[in-house]
Amino acid sequence: MAQPNTNLPLAGLRVLDFAQFLAGPVAALRLSDLGAEVIKIERPEGGDLCRSMVVNNQRLDGDSLAFHTFNRGKKSVAADLKASADLAKVRALVASADVMIHNFRPGVMERIGLGYDDARALNPRLVYGAVSGYGATGPWRDKPGQDLLVQSLSGIAWLNGNAADGPVPTGFAMLDVATAANLVQGILACLVRRGITGAGGLVEVNLMSSAIDMTFEQFTCFLNDGGQQPQRHAIGNANPYQPAPYGLYRASDGYFAFAMTPLATVALLLDAPEIGAFDQSEAYSRKDEVKAIVARICAAKPVQHWLDILEPAGIWCAPVLDWPGFVASEGFAALDPVQTIRTANGSEARTTGCPIRIDGQMLRGSDAGPVLGADTAAVFGTLDVS
Amino acid sequence: MIWPLEGILVVDFSQFLAGPYASLRLLDMGARVIKVENTEGGDLCRYHYLSDTRIGSDSTLFHAINRGKESVALDLKSAEGLATARALVEQADVVIQNFRPGVIDRLGLGYDAVRALNPDVIYGSVSGYGTAGDWSELPGQDLLAQARSGVMWLSGNADDGPVPVGLPIADISAGANLAMGLLAALFRHARTGVGALVETSLLESLADLQFELLTTFLNNGNRLPKRLASGSAHGYLAAPYGIYATAEGHLALAMSPLGDLGRALGLDALARLSDQAEAGFSHRDEIHAMIAARLLGQTARHWEAELGGKNIWCARVLTWPEMIAAPSFRGLGLVQQIPGAAEAPSQFLRAPFRLDGAAPRVRSAGPVLDADGPAIRSAFRRPLATDPRENDR
Repeated sequence: MAQPNTNLPLAGLRVLDFAQFLAGPVAALRLSDLGAEVIKIERPEGGDLCRSMVVNNQRLDGDSLAFHTFNRGKKSVAADLKASADLAKVRALVASADVMIHNFRPGVMERIGLGYDDARALNPRLVYGAVSGYGATGPWRDKPGQDLLVQSLSGIAWLNGNAADGPVPTGFAMLDVATAANLVQGILACLVRRGITGAGGLVEVNLMSSAIDMTFEQFTCFLNDGGQQPQRHAIGNANPYQPAPYGLYRASDGYFAFAMTPLATVALLLDAPEIGAFDQSEAYSRKDEVKAIVARICAAKPVQHWLDILEPAGIWCAPVLDWPGFVASEGFAALDPVQTIRTANGSEARTTGCPIRIDGQMLRGSDAGPVLGADTAAVFGTLDVS
Repeated sequence: MIWPLEGILVVDFSQFLAGPYASLRLLDMGARVIKVENTEGGDLCRYHYLSDTRIGSDSTLFHAINRGKESVALDLKSAEGLATARALVEQADVVIQNFRPGVIDRLGLGYDAVRALNPDVIYGSVSGYGTAGDWSELPGQDLLAQARSGVMWLSGNADDGPVPVGLPIADISAGANLAMGLLAALFRHARTGVGALVETSLLESLADLQFELLTTFLNNGNRLPKRLASGSAHGYLAAPYGIYATAEGHLALAMSPLGDLGRALGLDALARLSDQAEAGFSHRDEIHAMIAARLLGQTARHWEAELGGKNIWCARVLTWPEMIAAPSFRGLGLVQQIPGAAEAPSQFLRAPFRLDGAAPRVRSAGPVLDADGPAIRSAFRRPLATDPRENDR
């Protein structure tokens, strides 16, 4: 086990992570990156379901690689919350903690006796974080709080892709990560307040509210624009509300991205007087016509040809890279975002680190995820259970 | 209700989205945010019209990101403007900036200069690509950072080209990361009295957003995820995960045991396949096609009720008009009307969290440029230096 860095902002704080899968554990991971001790409380039979949710057939020491990605550096305590002896120990642990996080469906923790009011009675300084799919009320409350389903209900699937496509979801768990970020912000703010008032607090987030927050720029347009569903561009759509030429273009050997640029500048640099015939005020309303012309011109030459013309003119553009290209790039090397994690058995995997630097230091940790129950004896041994 | 950051002063020099999103979150938690803008029109975002929607004279986007903040317009290249800026940062708890690397240092408001005035300041800096390396000078713009991060090959179908995420995902996640770092530093400050430099970038934030899949890639000999021929939603997950067309509308299916799904859909072939371990991976396209053919026979509304009732994880794919009509959406109370707004457009989204059961209120739209300038300039005074940099030494 690596030695804790006492300079980190959350050094000395204890976080109990009762959550499974993604949003809750990722929030606890960020708190761990920032210096907190994080103890996962898992059911004795199998633990966090994520341990057995194997993506792409990859495991590390028996648990899924995804489990290690979300739970590196944490401790694990196995406890059966329905057994009174274990529950008594967990309640003593709650009394010793600064933060706890769970993502059970609404009502479950209350029935166990670890709802916010129960926990606050045990520990008035506790900051209590709860993640749900859709909030605690309304007909969606019992729907599974799963990333793809929330993307589907929140309209996000109609922002990606082109006009003629069906709905196009974002192909990774963006809402879980965004929800985790919102939870961490709320927890940290309550910890700041606790320093002044001495009292803990309740932080509640849900995937649906986080989805709407992620789209807030466009959704605010929608709300104040007569409730018209945004229409994706015919080609190279990258944001339905952006005027031409915003989007992606296919060159003869690959793709590049073209960000906001005045039409007159586009016409000049691409030597396309037909684009100059459009007024700037038409860049949104006639975006598909303009983009079709840009696309026709760009298809004739390679990506680098266009970057060599656009970049010196200060135009915002970039080649579209895939992961091999990204991982091999100068920009990736300069950020150095990859770290190697190790299990107790010495198995290794590579994963990304925390994207926040504090005082110029990357927040690194070399521990992989814990074996189920690895720290049960050590953690419970320090508690005074009456 | 005591909002957690009451009494915290944030001085925000940033423009557009990532930095201002971080200060918006701090504002929602109770902080006072003073937006320092240039005197030639202010934040460029004021003129960045999305669609043709405007609130007052400034873009909707500007108001969405800067609601509730104060504005002071300062010419940071003039001695007078710089003096006010220095007085502001001297009293700030948090300073935020997102100029390209080096620019804020040349203005005399870099971390070291600000720390000389305010030793325990918490200073947040967001860049496009970090401060070192070939890419550090490139414009930190969302679409361009997405293009470079590989994220455009994760959405869409196998035969598509790259498909960007159609919302500013790099900016918003970088803003969230900055807010987390600033809050952690505020917590440390309350305990130890030391300040901090908090840095993040669009590119690091995109790597973090993709970390589940990117970690898979890094450990599998760099094999890329494969998008499905149609209805793709995740390059590494087994069938049935994806989007399906129906007789009317689309249905999303998340991870579900194939046997249960086969029985719920009356597809014997699917139920039989479920006997094979890993069939969801090895027969991914075949299973997808089988389910797609079956789902075409009924509406998405029918399937959602039918399959949802059998504990299959599914949801209809909604448009925004459909979503805002849903009682569950209204129950979240995310949309708030600004009372007494002069202009007709006045609906805003509140912050996506509740503290002690209460959701933060949306207080006002974004400020008119320099709306609070006179009050701020008189409250934050500092003697003019003959050489504006001399106090740095």
